[in-house]
Amino acid sequence: MQHTLIAKVENIPGVLNRVASLFRRRNFNIDSLNVGRSENPKVSRMTIVIDNNAVDAAKVQSNLYKLVNVIDVQDVTNQPVVSRDLALIKVAATAEKRHEITNLANIFRANVIDVGTDSVIIEITGTVDKIESLMELLRPFGILEMVTTGQVAMLRGKSNGTSPNGHH
Amino acid sequence: MKLSGAEIVMECLVREGVETIFGYPGGATMPMLDAMLNYPIRHVLTRHEQGAAFAADGYARSSGKVGVAMATSGPGATNLVTGITTAMMDSSPVVFITGQVHSTLIGGDAFQETDVTGITLPITKHNYLVTSAEELAEVIREAFYIARSGRPGPVLIDICKDAQIEKVEFEYPEEEVCLPGYQPPTHATPASLEAAVKLIKEAKRPVILAGHGVLMSGAMSELYTFAEKTQTPVALTLLGLGSFPAGHPYNLGMMGMHGTAHSNLAIQNADLILAFGMRFDDRVTGTLRTYAPRAKKIHVDIDASEFNKNVTIDVALLGDLRAILADLNPKLETMDHQEWLQKIQTWVQESNDRDILYWENSDKLHAAHVIHDFWQQSRGEAIVTTGVGQHQMWTAQYYRQEKPYQLITSGGAGSMGFGMPSALGAWFAHKDREIWAIEGDGSFQMSLNELATLTQENANVKILVINNRYLGMVRQWQEFFFDKRYAATPITGPDFVKLAEAYGIPAVAVSERGQIKNALDFAHNTPGPVLVEFKVEQEDCVYPMVPTGAALDEMLLRPSLVRV
Ligand SMILES: Cc1ncc(C[n+]2csc(CCOP(=O)(O)OP(=O)(O)O)c2C)c(N)n1
Ligand SMILES: [Mg+2]
Repeated sequence: MQHTLIAKVENIPGVLNRVASLFRRRNFNIDSLNVGRSENPKVSRMTIVIDNNAVDAAKVQSNLYKLVNVIDVQDVTNQPVVSRDLALIKVAATAEKRHEITNLANIFRANVIDVGTDSVIIEITGTVDKIESLMELLRPFGILEMVTTGQVAMLRGKSNGTSPNGHH
Repeated sequence: MKLSGAEIVMECLVREGVETIFGYPGGATMPMLDAMLNYPIRHVLTRHEQGAAFAADGYARSSGKVGVAMATSGPGATNLVTGITTAMMDSSPVVFITGQVHSTLIGGDAFQETDVTGITLPITKHNYLVTSAEELAEVIREAFYIARSGRPGPVLIDICKDAQIEKVEFEYPEEEVCLPGYQPPTHATPASLEAAVKLIKEAKRPVILAGHGVLMSGAMSELYTFAEKTQTPVALTLLGLGSFPAGHPYNLGMMGMHGTAHSNLAIQNADLILAFGMRFDDRVTGTLRTYAPRAKKIHVDIDASEFNKNVTIDVALLGDLRAILADLNPKLETMDHQEWLQKIQTWVQESNDRDILYWENSDKLHAAHVIHDFWQQSRGEAIVTTGVGQHQMWTAQYYRQEKPYQLITSGGAGSMGFGMPSALGAWFAHKDREIWAIEGDGSFQMSLNELATLTQENANVKILVINNRYLGMVRQWQEFFFDKRYAATPITGPDFVKLAEAYGIPAVAVSERGQIKNALDFAHNTPGPVLVEFKVEQEDCVYPMVPTGAALDEMLLRPSLVRV
């Protein structure tokens, strides 16, 4: 089963390297890792998705806590959470096919953000499943290139994503 | 007041209580070394940066204070690496200060530039690269705090040369260090304490495994109370030796690969394991498949990542061992485990029957006898450091530790060359005492250069070389598991007596048991460093031994000799 961890880390140089180095050193294989800003300019936010069959989420969590620059880690897997991934997909599209592709994108509430002579770029935001489904449908046209940001996640409701008892 | 970065470093070190720094100079540390002359901090010049690292570690382990080692950029810093990893593996609080090239040159492959924070990232508790003098005071305070608190460990500060030279306004930050992501736990949760109490009350055959954590949290008297109150025998890890008195009837001695047979048997037959500040290293568990199969396990540690790392546990108590035992003891009633203790006593008897100490004196000089005699003669009161190998295990087995902080040895990393430099460090923390480095001939030859440091400092360090003319521990494995094919293990050495004398160090060699007393007396009565070489039986083995991959109770035992 996939586990999603939210880590708040100090926004200073080298922190991503520390986290990545920890994963390598402890042999933790991760599915995706997203790093971005948070509401606090001094704090960056990481969303880490791991396959719990391969690595124990609790181990990842307790090891992350050993890093001095990691402020808080929360496993939100079994909590009410919204999670989104953003993908850019470049699809081969001659003029004839363009319309059909745009229609598909519309069904998924995806946007065509660039049109070239023989390709289009589609931007889609959603769960990993939703993105996968669109990809499935686009594949016959020929996917030339694609990139995702990796999942970002946030708890619903009032919580600010910090574990209730803070740093253990 | 405006101070240079180098002066700020010294101001901060003085405030941390630093009196001694072990190090080696170079271009990138010159401003700091120059500033040091104006401060009450002594720079002890070792002959290699690794020696400085080991010395700072020995200082830290013997005193409980933070040790400090300093080296220049590039090769100076990389020479520290084995010392840093040694401190990391054994959770020893050492601050390493390295010089770095000018901040403007970083990334440009300047002369003696090395990515030191990159290299040491996985082998430090934390590290810093400082590029401006302004950051220094804060960073140094944090570094010392991180090194000594929580689960202690090495912290490295890499300081650019321009940050040392730059002058900035200095004001010491007096408020407490506050790191949002670093708050070491102290007391365990009430629920986990209750769960532990329940298991302790139900147990019939409990065993305590006392590790380095007992010494680091200073929980010796709490452990003592716990063991007595619950009548629970105590087995110790190599680094836990000294945390519970060797002479106490509940003391089972060291556990694990070269532990006592009775401690390993007790663990395998226990119904409750109380792991106090130890981490189930493979050298103490044998194969995990069959480890303590009938035991419930309570694990007390300050580092949550140790729980369920190697051994699946039933109750985790997260926090400072001393605080947790102090919370736990009043919740427990006096217990009676006489039946279990008597059962163990029969195993102790069997251990004794095979113990080389109780065998007739052969005409050979056995290292175990040397260490036993040394223990008797020094009344167990010496601070002892070791190299790595058979002599280290014999020291653990036969230099019985009644008191804490007297055995200094590289456990987790097993770094040869640790003995003499760490003894030098320990001496700087205990100048009124005698420090003994028990060295193997191989290990000693990895740090020979530090003989000159002993002479220069006139350190009261006595070197006891167990010379078996082999890399004995590896040879032992070859004897057991490689058909006695002694590849790369026969080792020659210099005439150790002459060598020592060349450094101005008085020395004697011993080849018979009858000469031990005089030689040790000579060392004891001669002020300053002295070397005693023991030419011991070459192909002796450390027993018992749990082969890798075997269960903890599948030990190779010493073959029977003729009994007196
Ligand atoms: C730096 C380092 N290199 C290699 C080893 C592997 N090793 C472990 S024990 C040992 C032999 C040590 O020989 P010696 O110091 O003479 O001790 P003895 O076992 O003979 O008592 C070796 C080579 C090590 N522990 N450390
Ligand atoms: Mg040897």
